Amino acid sequence: MLKKLSIAAIAALSFSAGGAMAAGGESHIHDVDFSFEGPFGAFDQNQLQRGLQVYTEVCAACHGMRYVPLRTLADEGGPHLPEDQVRAFAAQYDIYDEELEDDRPRTPADFFPEGGDPNAPDLSLMAKARAGFHGPQGTGMNQLFKGMGGPEYITSILTGYTGEEKEEAGTTFYENTAFPGGWIAMAPPLYGEDVEYADGHSNSIHHEAEDVSAFLMWAAEPHMMARKQAGFVGVLLLTLLASLLYLTNKKLWAPIKGKELDL
Amino acid sequence: MSGIPHDHYEPKTGAEKWLHSRLPIVSLIYSTLMIPTPKNLNWWWIWGIVLAFCLVLQIATGVVLVMHYTPHVDLAFASIEHIMRDVNGGHMLRYIHMNGASLFFFAVYIHMFRGLFYGSYKAPREITWIVGMIIFLLMMATGFMGYVLPWGQMSFWGATVITGLFGAIPFIGEPIQTWLLGGPAVDNATLNRFFSLHYLLPFVIAALVIVHVWAFHTTGNNNPTGVEVRRGSKEEAEKDTLPFWPYFVIKDLVGLAIVLVVFFAIVGFMPNYFGHPDNYIEANPLATPAHIVPEWYFLPFYAILRAFTADVWVVMFASWITGGIIDAKFFGVLAMFGAIAVMAIVPWLDTSRVRSGRFRPMFKWWFYLLIIDFIVLMWCGAMPAEPPYSTISLIGSTYWFAYFLVILPLLGVIEKPTTPPATIEEDFDAHYGKPAE
Repeated sequence: MLKKLSIAAIAALSFSAGGAMAAGGESHIHDVDFSFEGPFGAFDQNQLQRGLQVYTEVCAACHGMRYVPLRTLADEGGPHLPEDQVRAFAAQYDIYDEELEDDRPRTPADFFPEGGDPNAPDLSLMAKARAGFHGPQGTGMNQLFKGMGGPEYITSILTGYTGEEKEEAGTTFYENTAFPGGWIAMAPPLYGEDVEYADGHSNSIHHEAEDVSAFLMWAAEPHMMARKQAGFVGVLLLTLLASLLYLTNKKLWAPIKGKELDL
Repeated sequence: MSGIPHDHYEPKTGAEKWLHSRLPIVSLIYSTLMIPTPKNLNWWWIWGIVLAFCLVLQIATGVVLVMHYTPHVDLAFASIEHIMRDVNGGHMLRYIHMNGASLFFFAVYIHMFRGLFYGSYKAPREITWIVGMIIFLLMMATGFMGYVLPWGQMSFWGATVITGLFGAIPFIGEPIQTWLLGGPAVDNATLNRFFSLHYLLPFVIAALVIVHVWAFHTTGNNNPTGVEVRRGSKEEAEKDTLPFWPYFVIKDLVGLAIVLVVFFAIVGFMPNYFGHPDNYIEANPLATPAHIVPEWYFLPFYAILRAFTADVWVVMFASWITGGIIDAKFFGVLAMFGAIAVMAIVPWLDTSRVRSGRFRPMFKWWFYLLIIDFIVLMWCGAMPAEPPYSTISLIGSTYWFAYFLVILPLLGVIEKPTTPPATIEEDFDAHYGKPAE
């Protein structure tokens, strides 16, 4: 939003831009250095596979990912699982087939199952539906290097539980330093050592949280690497075009402006 | 086409003469491309080409997006995800289209403020200005309806708030709102008609762009001095002008290419910068987002809309004198559309006989203040409607109206302008020296 841009302009005009932080100021989001940040950032395939494991063994108990096709698990620039593994992974979930009038195992052509708990939001786009940070000075310009902070938000939620709980109108709320308002209805899903990674990677709560956040970022933006590459090629070629046009223009106007040009 | 004396196309071969006597299309293209253009145009004059490019870009990407989009409340959000995930290059097409709208408005605001500074709206270019303002209004309608199509939370709630403005019109407001929405609330009928109009209006804009270009090709371009091109003879005119092709086509393309470098960096590296995260949550009529914020390009006018609350004295006065027919909400709507209306009638509000702001020592400062005012209003529009933002919005809105309704008419009387150069040639040579003959 230009909210950010205009704040930048105002800060530059030395108006007081204090207190201009965006909504939900009390929640605390800590920065994580993800491999996919910045113009040249790329997903870490191993991390995505570990994140898929955390998602499958923990998150999927309540949440779903209705917009993510299972076949994309095999995509390059994603978890890049071998075809047979994708097929085996898909087959562990059943789906009701209208033609068979019965349940059948999912195939890679199907989507991830929807969540079983109606109160658990779908996670397909969660990493883009939350903005973790808006800095510096509320301009959001650090998106260029850090992204919008969606995965950081998820990591902070997963690791932000204080252990306090309270009960209101029959619902238990858990204190969480990252959640706007401070109290979240989701019970702490991770405690550390919740999953056993095949690659022997550390399964502390922070690693698990970061892995699943990276995976959800991929789920929300599966073509991020292709997009960055296209952006890079676009910027490169257009810079070249701009330079050539600049020189053409200079030569074209030189006689009009009474300049000698030795090109 | 132009009133400035210039060369005309002469059909030479038999085939050319045959075509020319039946359809003088080559002549039209020749006159359009070779139009004499003031040679002192500066870099603020490139944004017209950027805007033309934006229109083509948006139509081209939009036509392809439509091939994969489904305008139905149950399917729209999923079809966008289909575009983002499965359509070849779909994520790039959509991100270009999304950010293309931002580039379009960024360019149009610079283009408009350029016109306001150099007095491009003044006689004889009033029609060009008015047509431009109509294009701007249609752009806003198109942009707004386009933002509804992904059917995210901001789409839905933005549509609810903005169409609610029409409900504020006394007596006939509610029937009008229902008619616009196609029902009592934003629903499938709304999405369908917005989709239809979002596809239609760009072509209306394209037609008006032709009228816009036709109008200023008739009067000739304004230029940084505001001094008219000499039209006594072709030789005289040629001292002040250069043909559009190749001189200005190449120059404009330099500008466009540089703008596109930045544009592609945004599309490639931070495509959601101008978007709102809530629009990645599917529309839910039962859950209102904490802050409903329109797209950035509406924010200055959104701030004006919200600035006039019931405790402002002009609002109280308007309410009292109309017996309560004009309440705070309707006053806000009037102020928002009024802010655009005063801009549209600026040719008749500016009383100064000097066209360009370059030679108006007092005007300059009021104009720079207007730019700051615009940015401050944009910032206020993104902030919650509470102190101190409401007070700043009110001051900003007041200045906006004061600039057009009080300052511009008065300045023409009290300001003592400096003397512009006698000719465009003189201005150009003062910058670059006289060319070797």
